[in-house]
Amino acid sequence: MRPNLILHVVAKFVIPLIILFALYVQFHGDFGPGGGFQAGVIFSTAFILYSLVFGLDTAEKIIPSHWLRILAALGVVIYAGVGVVSLLLGGNYLDYTLLGSNQIAGQHLGILLVELGVGITVAAAMLILFFAFAGRGRD
Amino acid sequence: MIDIVINITLLAFLAITSVAIVRMTNLFAIVMLFGIFSLLSAGLFVVMDAPDVAFTEAAVGAGISTVLMLATLALVRRPQKPFYAEAPSSHRAWLPLIVVAITASALVYGTRDIPGFGAPGAPAQTHVARYYIENALPETGVPNIVTAVLASYRGFDTLGEVTVIFTAAVAVLLLIGGRRPKSPVKTKDEGKQDEA
Repeated sequence: MRPNLILHVVAKFVIPLIILFALYVQFHGDFGPGGGFQAGVIFSTAFILYSLVFGLDTAEKIIPSHWLRILAALGVVIYAGVGVVSLLLGGNYLDYTLLGSNQIAGQHLGILLVELGVGITVAAAMLILFFAFAGRGRD
Repeated sequence: MIDIVINITLLAFLAITSVAIVRMTNLFAIVMLFGIFSLLSAGLFVVMDAPDVAFTEAAVGAGISTVLMLATLALVRRPQKPFYAEAPSSHRAWLPLIVVAITASALVYGTRDIPGFGAPGAPAQTHVARYYIENALPETGVPNIVTAVLASYRGFDTLGEVTVIFTAAVAVLLLIGGRRPKSPVKTKDEGKQDEA
């Protein structure tokens, strides 16, 4: 890929901010707008920007594609696992009340974990889509 | 008052963008205009006090899907010339015009029954919304009602949505993921075995 100094410098400056913003949207989704879906997409855009600027091979060195497949499944497992844990604790499936000492704490922990699972799956799935499309033309 | 001005401006830009998309033949420019369309819709959602939806629209519609469409364009590598030099003259222009006019008048007639935006008597406000607004904070301790509904009250739905996204990723991987297999050039021995 043709080196482009301005793009490289700007991307290096912007990417950490995008990731920081994604984490904010992820973990502040209980209080402000946002949540797992939005955070996952924003998180993946940071890596997509990276691979657009620095090339696909460099990006795949950072996140190997087999990791992405594991992560995409891991998010669903976290989500469904929270439901199974609440089931084992004697509650209904995906009823977070029994996860904490009281109802508020349980709901809070459950929502946090569930949103984390959503975020991981969405981010990994978006990157899988991008790498599948962008990597198709080469080799 | 300022809301109306912003609404009309955004809707006018949306209309201009859609007309431009229809009239354009350069696929690259059309993809860019799709992104602009999504960004304008996101602005419209912000004006309508739906920042969660605006977030998604801006990130997915304007960001990811534009990149994916550009990747697809780079993939097919077709010369992006229109199929026809001009619209085929086998049908007359008035037939679609009549269809569009009838549909549009039916839609406009239908809007007469829609309750006003944010009207307290609207069906959207009188069903379960009242329960969520009154009980979401004491029951879940989460100030953002959208998150409370999405992750807690409607946890099953969201689990289904996440599974759909996971399935989509798996489907894409199955269809076009991985390395393309080497073109099946048979060696001489294999060709002989096939014949035998």
